[in-house]
Amino acid sequence: MSMETVGQDSDTDETPLIDVRNLQTAFFTEKETIRAVDGVSMDIDSGETVGVVGESGSGKSVTARSIMGLVEAPGKVLEGSSIRFHQLETVRDYADRFSGHTVDLTELRGEHDPQELLGRIQTEVTAETFGRERRDEITLTDILAAGFGDEMGITDEDDCVFVTERNGDSPQDITAGFIEVTRLDGERQRQMRGGRIGMVFQDPLTSLNPVFTVGNQIKEALNLHRDLSGEEATREAVELLEAVGIPDAGRRVNEYPHQFSGGMRQRAVIAMALACEPELLICDEPTTALDVTIQAQILELLAQIQEERDIGIMFITHDMGVIAEVSDKVNVMYAGEVIEQADVYSLFENPKHPYTRGLLRSIPGTQSGERLETIEGNVPTPTESASDCRFAPRCPEAFDACEVVHPSHVEVGEEGDDHTAACLLYPEEMPETRRVNVHREATSDDRRGDSA
Amino acid sequence: MSQQLASSDSTTREKREKLVEVRDLKTYYGDSGMFGGPPVKAVDGVSFNVFRGETLGLVGESGCGKTTLGRTLLQLEDATGGEVRYDGTDITELNSDQLYEWRRNAQMVFQDPDSSLNDRMTVGEIIREPLDVYEWETPADRRDRVRELLETVGLRPEHYFRYPHQFSGGQRQRIGIARTLALEPDFMVLDEPVSALDVSVQAEIINLLEDLQEEFGLTYLFIAHDLSVVRHICDRVAVMYLGNIMEIGPTEELFTDPANPYTHSLLSAIPAPDPTDTAERITLHGTPPNPRYPPSGCPFNTRCPARIRPPEYEHLDDEVWQGINTLRDVLLERKRADRSIRERIRERLGRQTRFATVEETYDELFGGLQIPANAESSIEQIVEHASNNDEEAALDVLTEEFGSICESEKPEYHTVSETGRKSFCHRHDGEHRQPSQVLEERY
Repeated sequence: MSMETVGQDSDTDETPLIDVRNLQTAFFTEKETIRAVDGVSMDIDSGETVGVVGESGSGKSVTARSIMGLVEAPGKVLEGSSIRFHQLETVRDYADRFSGHTVDLTELRGEHDPQELLGRIQTEVTAETFGRERRDEITLTDILAAGFGDEMGITDEDDCVFVTERNGDSPQDITAGFIEVTRLDGERQRQMRGGRIGMVFQDPLTSLNPVFTVGNQIKEALNLHRDLSGEEATREAVELLEAVGIPDAGRRVNEYPHQFSGGMRQRAVIAMALACEPELLICDEPTTALDVTIQAQILELLAQIQEERDIGIMFITHDMGVIAEVSDKVNVMYAGEVIEQADVYSLFENPKHPYTRGLLRSIPGTQSGERLETIEGNVPTPTESASDCRFAPRCPEAFDACEVVHPSHVEVGEEGDDHTAACLLYPEEMPETRRVNVHREATSDDRRGDSA
Repeated sequence: MSQQLASSDSTTREKREKLVEVRDLKTYYGDSGMFGGPPVKAVDGVSFNVFRGETLGLVGESGCGKTTLGRTLLQLEDATGGEVRYDGTDITELNSDQLYEWRRNAQMVFQDPDSSLNDRMTVGEIIREPLDVYEWETPADRRDRVRELLETVGLRPEHYFRYPHQFSGGQRQRIGIARTLALEPDFMVLDEPVSALDVSVQAEIINLLEDLQEEFGLTYLFIAHDLSVVRHICDRVAVMYLGNIMEIGPTEELFTDPANPYTHSLLSAIPAPDPTDTAERITLHGTPPNPRYPPSGCPFNTRCPARIRPPEYEHLDDEVWQGINTLRDVLLERKRADRSIRERIRERLGRQTRFATVEETYDELFGGLQIPANAESSIEQIVEHASNNDEEAALDVLTEEFGSICESEKPEYHTVSETGRKSFCHRHDGEHRQPSQVLEERY
C-alpha cells in the first residue's frame, strides 16, 4: 500500500540513493505564504532516471532547488521535510570529517520511544508528516531527521549525519545511514552541493560566466571539490569536455562561452556538473532552450553518461515526449504536490489522475479530433495547506467532496506496480462514500480504512 | 481521417488563389561597408506561394532564417534580392506611403507575450493603437471595436482598463492576437505564437487561432520549431535549413513520408510521448553551420545522414565517416579562428600552441577504428597538412578525396509527389538512390 515497504526501520529496507519525504518549501512574503512545494515524496536510485513533469508554477524547480540547498530567503524548507542521501561512501566520509555533527541512532534507539516523543512535539503532526501510513510506524529516525529532535534537545541544529547501523566505532564500520540534506549548512552544504549532487540548469548561457573561459570554470569545480590544480586540472578538464562529446577539446578548453553554440554550451555545463563525479544529477529542463536535433544529442549524451557512471538522474521537464524518452519513473506535479507517480510505461498507457489525462490529451499530434482538448483555467498558487483537491476547480470529473477532502496517494495500478495517484476517484472499485472516507481518514489522522 | 482531408485539400488547392508569391527572396545582414566581411545569409533564395485561406507552416532549427523570412514578408526587414508579390503587387518595391497603406492587410503575432506588449499601456490602449494609427472611424467606435475584439479572443470587455501584468501568459497572447485582428488583416505572420506557453494553454491558443481563421477567412504563415504543433494546425509545411527551403508540401504527406534527408532527421528527433516507441533515431551530429560561412553545394551537406559518398568509400564504416566529418568541422573552425600574436610567436618558436594538437584530435576521432589503406593514407595526408597549420590544403585534400556532388553543386528542387511536394536534394535526380532507402540502410 505504501510507497515503499515498511521495515523495522526505514533504512534497513532496500535504500534508494536519495529519499525525499514530505518535502515542503514555502516562500514567506508580506502578503501571503506561498507553499511552492507542499508535501512531495519521491525516491531516486542509482542508475535510474526519475522524471518530474508539470506545467509552469507546479513546483518542479523549487523541488530541485530544495534538494540542492539553493532555496533563498524568503523561501524556507519547512520543519517536517526530510531529504535523505543514502550513499554509504559519502555517509562514512561525512561521519569521518564531521564527527561533531553525527547522530548515532543505534545508541539513541535504546533511550527514546518514538511514540512518547511524538506526544511531545509542539506542532500538529500526522503519520503523513513523516511519509508513513500509520502513527505506530513512525520511527525515531523519522522524527529526528524531520528536525523535531532539536526542540527536545536530542539533536543539535546542525547535526546532519545520521548513522542507523554500524559494526564498530570507526566511520568505516558504518553499514547504513544517511545525510539529511535539509539540515546541511556551511562547509557540509558545499561538499554536498556540486560534489555529490550536480545540477544542470535550463539556460546554458546564464549558467556559464561570460568572462571566464570554459576550461577555467570547469577547473574551478575541480579545484574546489577534487583538489586538482594547474596542468593536472587542465588535463582533466579536457578529458571531461571530450567525455561530453566536444570535438577538439584541447582548443575549446581555452575558449569563452560565447564562442560555443547552444548545444555545446549545454555540453560544457554538463561537463562542469560531472567534474566532481556526483552520485545524483539534477537536470532542470536541460533541453528546453535547445532545438530538437540538439535536444536529441543531449538526451543521448545523458543516457550514455548514466550508463558509464551509474548515476541517478532527476529530470525535470514539461515536455511529455522527453519524459517518455528518458525516464524510468515519473512524478506528475500540480500546484506543489505530486499527484501521480508511476513507472513510465503505466503512466502513458494508463494515466489515472484526471490532470495527467488532460495533460497527455492536450499534446497536439496525439489526437485525431479536429480540436485540441484543453484544461480550462490556470495552475493556482497554493497559499495555504491543502484541505481540498487543488485540481478540483479545473477537473472535469470533480464532485462535491473534492472541495472538502484532500486526496492522499492510493494504489491505482496492478498489484506491485507502484502506480499511485492522489485523487478521490480512486480506489476505483469502492463506492463514492467509502472512497472519500479512505482519503479523509488517511489525511486527517493515523488509522486508515481497509486496504484497497 | 485527417489524411483524407489533406489529400482532398491538395487537389482543390491548385485552383486556389495565390495570396503571397515569393520568388528567389534573399535577406542578407551586414553586407555593407568595406570591413564587414561576408554577409550573413539569413534567407538565401527561397521561393514559395501562400494560398488564400491556408495555413503554411515554416519549421526549422533556430538560426535557420525562419523569423527573418517572416519579417521580410511583412517588410519589417529589407529584402536584399528577389520579390514578394502580395495580391499581385511587389511589396519590396513600395515606397513608405504605399507600405503604410499596405500594412493594414498584414500583421504579425510575436513569440514572447511578455515583451511584445507595452506594460505601461492598458489592454484597451494596446489593442486600440493600430486603430489610432490608421485613424479608424471615431474614437468612440474604436473603443467599441476594442471591446468587441476582446470578446472575440475570449477575454472580457471589462479587461479594457487592466494592465498586461495582470494577465497570465496565455491571456497576454490573446491580447496580442486581438491587436493584430484590429484592422481586419487578410494575412498574419505568427512567429512562434505558442512556444512560450504551457501545453494546456498552448492548446487553447491553437484552438482560438483555428476559430479565428474560420471566422475571418485569415491566411496564416505559422512559424514554429515545435513540429507537433505544426502538424496539427498547418495545411502545408515548409522546412527551412540555413536560409533555404529543404522541402515544402502538404502536412500529412510530409510527416508520414518525408522526402528530404533533413526532414527525415528533424522528424526522427522529436521525442514521441510514448515510452514504448522504439523507432531508431537519426541523431544529427554537430550544429548548423554559421550562415556567414555556409558550406558550398547543398547547405545540409555537413550534417546530412544520407550524403552521397564517393563510390570507392560507399561502404566505409559509419564511424570512420563520422570521424571524417568531425575532422572537417574542426579544420573549418581552426581556419576561421583568429590566432593571437602570442600564439603566432609561440608557433614560430616551435612551442606547442592550442592549434598544434591535431594528432590528439586524430587519435580521439579514429583511434581504435579499422580504416582501409586508401582512406588511411588520405587522412594521414590531411592531418599532416593540418599540423603544419595549413588548414586550407588539408581541406582541399579532404574535399577531393571524400567529397561528392553534395559539396560541389547546389541541388535543385525536385517534385517528389503528385501533390507537387518539392524537395531540395541531389538524391532525387534519378542517378542516386532515394534518401529513405539510404537512411534505412545506414540506420
